[in-house]
Order: sequence, then C-alpha cells, then structure tokens
Amino acid sequence: MSVLVDKDTKLLVQGITGKTGAFHARQSLEYGTQVVAGVTPGKGGESFEKGVPIFDTVADAVKHTGANASVIFVPPPFAADAIMEAADAGVPLIVAITEGIPVTDMVRVKRYLQDKPSRLIGPNCPGIITPNQCRIGIMPGYIHQPGRVGVVSRSGTLTYEAVHQLTTLGLGQTTAIGIGGDPVNGTNFVDCLTLFNEDPATEGIVMIGEIGGSAEEDGAAYIKAHVSKPVVGFIAGTTAPPGKRMGHAGAIISGGKGTAEAKLEALREAGVHIAETPSDIGSTMKTALG
Amino acid sequence: MKIHEYQGKALLKAEGVPVPLSQVAFSAAEAERAAREIIEQTSNQVVVVKAQIHAGGRGKGRFKEHPELGGVKVVKGADQAKAVAQQMLDSTLVTIQTGPEGKRVGRVLVEQGMDIASELYVAATLDRTTGRTVLMASTEGGMEIEEVAAKTPEKILKESIDPSVGLVAFQARKLAYGLGLKDNVAKKMARFLGKLAAAYERLDCSLLEVNPLVITGDGEVLALDAKATFDDNALYRHPAVEELRDPSEEDPAELEAKKFDLSYVNLDGTIGCMVNGAGLAMATMDIIKFFGAEPANFLDVGGGATVDRVTAAFKIITRDPKLKGILVNIFGGIMKCDVIAQGVIAAVKEVGLEVPLVVRLEGTNVEQGKKLLEDSGLRLTTASSLRDAAQKIVELAQ
Repeated sequence: MSVLVDKDTKLLVQGITGKTGAFHARQSLEYGTQVVAGVTPGKGGESFEKGVPIFDTVADAVKHTGANASVIFVPPPFAADAIMEAADAGVPLIVAITEGIPVTDMVRVKRYLQDKPSRLIGPNCPGIITPNQCRIGIMPGYIHQPGRVGVVSRSGTLTYEAVHQLTTLGLGQTTAIGIGGDPVNGTNFVDCLTLFNEDPATEGIVMIGEIGGSAEEDGAAYIKAHVSKPVVGFIAGTTAPPGKRMGHAGAIISGGKGTAEAKLEALREAGVHIAETPSDIGSTMKTALG
Repeated sequence: MKIHEYQGKALLKAEGVPVPLSQVAFSAAEAERAAREIIEQTSNQVVVVKAQIHAGGRGKGRFKEHPELGGVKVVKGADQAKAVAQQMLDSTLVTIQTGPEGKRVGRVLVEQGMDIASELYVAATLDRTTGRTVLMASTEGGMEIEEVAAKTPEKILKESIDPSVGLVAFQARKLAYGLGLKDNVAKKMARFLGKLAAAYERLDCSLLEVNPLVITGDGEVLALDAKATFDDNALYRHPAVEELRDPSEEDPAELEAKKFDLSYVNLDGTIGCMVNGAGLAMATMDIIKFFGAEPANFLDVGGGATVDRVTAAFKIITRDPKLKGILVNIFGGIMKCDVIAQGVIAAVKEVGLEVPLVVRLEGTNVEQGKKLLEDSGLRLTTASSLRDAAQKIVELAQ
C-alpha cells in the first residue's frame, strides 16, 4: 500500500521540454512511472522520447491520455499559471517542483485551489515517490525501497538522507512526500500525517521539519490527538540565527516565532521520538518500531 | 531584501500615503541644507535627524563614538542639524537589532518636527497559517510589535485579505474604528490602510510596517517611520526596487555568494560547510554543533550547481579568517556528486587548502565523484555518513 501515488498513476509533465523537466521525465520513465503526456505551449503534436505525446494545454493532455497527476518544472514567473491550469483541467494531484515562485503568486494559487478538488504538493519540493511504483519529482530513485515507513518533509536532500537510512536499515518506505520549503504551500504536515495514519501499510511515520512558521506545531497537535503509530521527528535549524533566511524562503525565525526549540518541544509533548541528529532518523525509527 | 526608512517613505508617498516633509543627506553640509529648506517651508525650527540603517531600535540605540547620542535626534535649527549629522555620519550605531558590533551610518534623514497627538502601529505581512496577507493595526505605536503580541495580543487588530477581492473598504473601516478613532481621523486612517495594503501587494513586499503612524494635533494621519522588506523571489519584476539595494548594508561574502546564485549566511563558528539543499545544510550545521564545534556558515549550493558555482562556493568558504575546517556534505538528487568533486578539486587547485577537509558524498553519480576525489591526490578525508563526517571534521579542526 501507499498514499497518493502508485503504479496506476498516470503522470503528465508540465515543462517537459525544458532541461530539468526533460532530465527528470526521463528518470521517472526509467523508474517505471507511467509518464503519459507532456505539456509545453507551442510544442503540441511533438513527442518526448519517441513515446510520450506533447500537448499545448493541460486540458488537451488530460482529455487524450487520462493523466491523473501533473508535475511542474515551469520557471518561477510562469509556475503559478501552470498550477492553476492543471487545477482547471481537473488533475487530482499537482506536484510543483519549481523553486522561487513569488509569495503573492502562491497566495493567489492557494485561493484558486480552495474551490477545486485538486491537491497541490509543493512548490519548492522534491516531489513524491512510492518505491518501485511511481516517481514524481527530482529525487534519486535508487535510494528508495518498498517498506513500512511513511516519510514527510519540508526539505529535499534531508528527505533523501532519511530515506537512505531507512533503506540501509531494511525498513523501506511506503511513500515519501516532500511538501516543500516555501511559506505558502499546498499540502501540509497534517494532510500527510492523516494520509499515513489511515494507510494500513504504513507502520511508522518520519516527519522532518525546519525553522519558520508553525506547520510542525500543527502536525504535533494532530499527532497528539489522532496518531498511535510511532512517529520520528527531526527539526533542522537548531543553530540558525534569528532574522536570517536559511536558503528556503520559509526557513526564517522572525519575531521569536518558528524556532527549532519550540517545534521540538511541541513534538516531544505529542510523544514523537526525536532523532538527536539527522544521522539518527533511521535508527530512531528502528527502535520505535521494535 | 530590506531598504532604508527614507526609501520606504518615498515608496509610500508615491502610493499616496501621507508622510512628513523630509530629505536624505549623505554629508553634514547636505543635512544643513535639507534642514534649512524644511524649516523655511514649515516655519518650524524643530527638525529630526534620523540615522539610516537596516535595523530597528534606532531611537534607543547609541553610537559607539558618541555614547550620549541616539539614532534619532530632535534638534532646533539648521546648525544643530548639521552638528548632529556630523556626529552620526561615519559613526557606528548599536541597537538591539544590530548586535554588539553595530552598523556604520552612511546617510541620515532630516525630517520636519511633528506635533504628535498619538502614536499607532499598522503593518501588512504574510500570515503563513492562512496563506494570506494580514493587515494589522494597534494602538500601541512605537513599541516592538512582538512585545505587544506576547503581552497584550488583544491590542492587535487583524484583517485577513482575500486575494480574489483584495482589501475591502469595510475591513479598513473596522480597523480604523476599532482603534477608537472618530470622524475625519477615522476616515483618513481607513484611506491610509487601503493605500498601505495596495503598496504591499503591488510591490511584492513581505513586510510593510509603519511604526509609529502618528496622528498630529490637527488630525493629520502620517507615516512617521516606514519599514519595507521585499520578497526576494519577486524582485525580478521590480527593477526599481532592486535599485534601492544598499550594498554597504550587506555582508560582502553574502553579496559575492548571491552573484553565483548561492545561498550563504555568515555565522560565528569555525567549521565551514558546503551542502546541497537548505534543510540538509541546516541539519549539517546542527550536527557540527552536536559534536561540540560551531558552524562558520550556512551554504546551500543549490540543485543545479555547475563546477564554476561549486568552485565559487568553496572560495567564499575558505576566505573566512575564523575557519579551522571544512565539511562538504552532498546528497545528490539533481546535483551530481561528480560535479561537486570536480568543483572541489578545481577550487583547491586554485586557492590552496590550509585547513582539514572532510567530504561526504551520497546519491547520483556517487561512485564517479568518489573516484575523482581519490585520483586527485588532494589531502582530504572521506566519510561514510553524515555522523561520521561531522565527528571527523570536529576532531580534525581542534
């Protein structure tokens, strides 16, 4: 079992002819993902890697291929437009990889999605993967392994770090979801915790947060109220100075809010097993699962 | 990106927000001339000289060179304005936000003295919980808003802005009347808030704060201060805002890093870090601290780094005089380990290496990367995991 994506997911790639889009579309194909369509306005009628048809619009792509997930590799100035186009076409799952989308654009996107059934993951995220079934995004596929643990994280490479440890220890993953490092995003910790909590195959959950905002505190409150599976938590940024943006647009301690200490305290309070260092995420889960 | 008060006021004024009469001055002579002109126009001898730095708490701050002088000084007449500007310029102002090293003052704002009846607080910013802009107002003007939020949160009024319709007039009225304002003053306040929200939106701000906003004896509503922070991701569509950047306010290494699209933050420790991904970069800093040392920097080389970018990153790290060791931690996704290896090798060849270097590679093309490092003949230590890498560099750097 898995959440959100599996072997039946039909993926369309928005921005499939760009350098990054093409590279990762190819990687997803090699991983065994059903990449059914690409969208690049003006290149409709062409094809990608011989077998994948390219369309001018998402609506066309969905109509002709039945795509039910879209991944967005469109540059920041056009990414909000691309997300809304996918939602308008009724794509149920939209994964936005693009980093650097202006906040005001995302504020509008979030409002636009409010009345639509689509789920957005990201932006500024590595994507979502169900091992050996479906890879949507930019993660290195080979470090994943089908298994027992659900992973949700605000960071990309830190997710790989956790996944790699879980694989090395033989625990594997049900699904790994990167929710992204922007201050305004689609899917949050609570959404993913809910999905993993309800997925019978997921025996434990790894939750990786970082400084800034209060999504981790919200997640902790949900865990306390609803989750009985073991949860392992790690928060990056214990050493980050206040008032400085640490790479991710959303990773900033401002006005004393969003510190790692406050988040760790909330997680501890909710009974989450805290990994002392990022190298201990896998082993902490192994111990917690018994 | 941050800008100075005088620049923020100019932006507000362009939007139609009332601000006091003022002029920026880069020298004492300019300050004198500015004061003379303002006094002539207002027929009021009282002017205020305000140090322009990118940090709050200026009024309560003190100059290192002139311990009796704060960053905001009310004076009488152009001669006094000149004398105060003379003291402030090229001196170092220390406030609660600058850290003990303070900030050098390169420009001052000379402003008309105001007859202040009351001081209020207004601001627009992002509410991350709702994913919307929130417009805030408080009667507690002139105070740190974080302090007000902690002690008397009921004194902060908020209106959330629906992006599909923008700020609706009634919301501005709710805030204005909620502050206890009456009649014409309330109307002026509502208008002020509407314009503030419009400027926030149009300029892609992440914070637009007026603290204090003042109501004068004759019922005028003006921005006595202006603090604007802009969304770096949106600067590409605001070239005029980008031009307001004051490089002297920014860390030289951070500026250099920006040229190469690197995300870099200078810190106080001794272990330089080069990592891909912001979360992993923070986690690497944290694990260095866990094993007993302090990170010298945050550095995210980003997803699609080239050999040139990695070389530039390495050079920026090695320039830090506090440096006692370097930890390179790469988990390749988009970023390929062989590219990192090539960049590290090229940089060391160019700038040399005087401190221990530990490299930990994992992910895409890891074997090619490891082989390149082995074949390079560089004096470096490889590590099998992040824990192993952190332990090794902390030990080697002692």
